[in-house]
Order: sequence, then C-alpha cells, then structure tokens
Amino acid sequence: MVADVIDTLADIAPGSPLDTARVRRTVARQQAQASYLSLFAPASVGGVSAQERHAVACFVASLHGQAQAEAFYGAGLTEAGGSTALKAAIALAVAAGKTQGPYGAFPKGPLSVEDKPGLIYRAAPEVALTLGRRLVAAFEHTHMLVFHPRDAAAPSLQSLLDAGWSTTDVVTLSQLVAFLSFQIRVVAGLRVLATKL
Amino acid sequence: MTDKPMTDKTVPQSGHVVPAVFTRDMLDWLPWLEPMAADQMSERHLASLVDAARVKSDYFRLLARDPDVLEARTRTDKDIFYNPDAGLPRAERELAAAATSRLNGCIYCASVHARFAATYSKRVPEVEKLLAEGTGADLDKRWNAIVAASVALTSTPVAFGGQHVDALRGQGLDDEAIVDVINAASFFNWANRLMLSLGEPTPAAA
Repeated sequence: MVADVIDTLADIAPGSPLDTARVRRTVARQQAQASYLSLFAPASVGGVSAQERHAVACFVASLHGQAQAEAFYGAGLTEAGGSTALKAAIALAVAAGKTQGPYGAFPKGPLSVEDKPGLIYRAAPEVALTLGRRLVAAFEHTHMLVFHPRDAAAPSLQSLLDAGWSTTDVVTLSQLVAFLSFQIRVVAGLRVLATKL
Repeated sequence: MTDKPMTDKTVPQSGHVVPAVFTRDMLDWLPWLEPMAADQMSERHLASLVDAARVKSDYFRLLARDPDVLEARTRTDKDIFYNPDAGLPRAERELAAAATSRLNGCIYCASVHARFAATYSKRVPEVEKLLAEGTGADLDKRWNAIVAASVALTSTPVAFGGQHVDALRGQGLDDEAIVDVINAASFFNWANRLMLSLGEPTPAAA
C-alpha cells in the first residue's frame, strides 16, 4: 500500500489533531489518494509515460514553490528514470517560468478592466533540446494552467496535439496538472492549520 | 512524401455567444476536444461517470477518456461538498467554490456554484455582489474571512497563512470547518483548470 501522499507531505501523523480534523472527510481523503495513484501509478500508462508524468509534476510543484511536493515528485522522477540533464532542464524552465498567479484576460467586455497581463512561458532553446517536442508543448501548456488558466483557448490544445499528444493524452495531462493544483493547496493549507492546533 | 502520424484535431466551435460577465444564469459548455461517443464507452468508462445521467454531458464524456482519474475526482468532489457530517455548512463550501472560480476567472464554474451558494444561504444580494465586484467585495465578516482564505489558497504560490486560520476561527469556524474551506477552495483549483482549458461556456439554450 502506498502511504497517503497528502498526509505524508503535510506531516500528518495518525492520531494527531490534524488527522482527527480530517476524519469526517475520509472519502475525500481516500479518493484524493486514488486520484494520485491513477495519475502516477496508473493501471496502464496509456500514451503518457511515467517519466513525462513525473517531469510535469516536478515542474508544477516547483512553480508552486511547495518544498515537500518538490522533493516528493523529484524523487518520483528519479525513480521513473529521469536523467540529471532532464532535471537540470526542468530547473531552468522553473527559473524562467516562476511568477505569481492567477492572471490573464477575460472575454472582451465589462470584465476587461480586470485583465491582468503576465508571463507567457516559452521554453528556451537549450531547455527545448533536452525536453523534446512533447514535453516542450506540455510545459508551455502546464505553465498557463498553473498561472493563467483563463487564457486557455483551443489553439493551446492544438499545439499539444501537433506535438504528438492524443486527445486522451491531453485529458490525462490536464487532469494531472489540475489535480496537483488541488493536492499542493491542500498540503499547504493543512501545514498552516497544523501550526495552529 | 513521408508518412506522418495521425494527429488529433481540436473541435471547432463557432457562432456561439461567450458570456462576458459573471452570472448566476444557466450556462452550457462547449468542448474543444472530442468527447467519447456514448455508444463507444465501455462499462469502465460508463462507471467512471459515477452518475449515469452524466453520459449526456460533453464535459464528463471528454474526461471519461481517462476513467480512473475521473471517477476518483468525482468522488473527491462529492465528499468535499455534499457530505453533511459536521464541518462548514454547504452554503459556505459553495461560497468558497464560487470565490475561487471568480478569482481564477472560470465563468462557468462560478455560475454553478454561485447558484448553489445563493440557494443554500438564501443570500442572493451578497452572492451577486461577489460576482459583480470580485473577491474584494465586502460581504460580511464571516463571508469575507471565507473568501479571503479562498483567495489566499488560490494564489500561486499559495498565500494562505496563520492569519487566515485566525480570521476563520474568529468567525466561529472549528478545525473541521477550516478543513472544509481548505478542501473546497483547493478542489476548485482543480475543477476550474479543467473547465477553463478544455472548452468554453455559452448561454444555455432557452
């Protein structure tokens, strides 16, 4: 059995006050873990390799600056065979892509006054060389999902499809980034709550 | 000519109206990627919908392409929002979802959860104010604390801190209710990203 990842990353010990405070949502806790397993230890990897899944996860965790998730998914990438060169390329991508969200544009109209411009991440040539075409497209899309999801449009999905991601692969990638956006927030929130119990 | 692998295409959507304001009106959602055809879904795909009626939804038939994560996502969602055992009242879990969606800019998700927040709280003016003015709107002390916590959790990097816990406690939330705020806002950071990036809203057919 794989230990509950949120409990692990939030340092929640069995029987601790935070453990008790989570008991009423045991199903959500179990299903968050099932979500993690379905994305990172799936019954079948389908069109998205374990290394791609963990490389994207490292990028997402580091863009959030959540130390425990960074270490956890970094170890996962090592286990999935991620090379030192790949990790170095991810570190460069993170350094170039780190910013603050959410930002982005609204549909033109009354909300346009709330439009907030921000970084549009594009992989630098030396990063792209190591990541390869599929991961370059994935990282560029992932950066948008993390920081400015309201800028999403059909052409960003077409870029993924053109880079060799199938429609089903894009669903998996989207779920992976969106799930991590949830998991990292729960961990961050619970870690703060733990200091107040 | 060299052989090129088959590349999937996005689904062209045109001629529809895209809502340009936050609203409690019913909206439809148009996918940019091809959902599964209902008659081509296996037992596993159908089971991943959890609610059989969702086979009518383009959104869920698209997500059913990866059934295991869809099913776990849906069961996480239902326990966070529908489980009546202790914690935060349903209306305020929906408030956290609506505030998160307002900040991320998910007009579709905001419409659904603003409707729920208004229905369960019976506080239509405050919900309308959140939609119209955004997450800085002055609602009341308790709702302001829940919205501020949701905003801090939705920021990247996460900006949630001890002061948010103190503010929630100050408004009478116990530890289980605070866990619900954390879960609800965090979950909508999952849901918003799917809704925003895989398709777009349009007014529901009359």
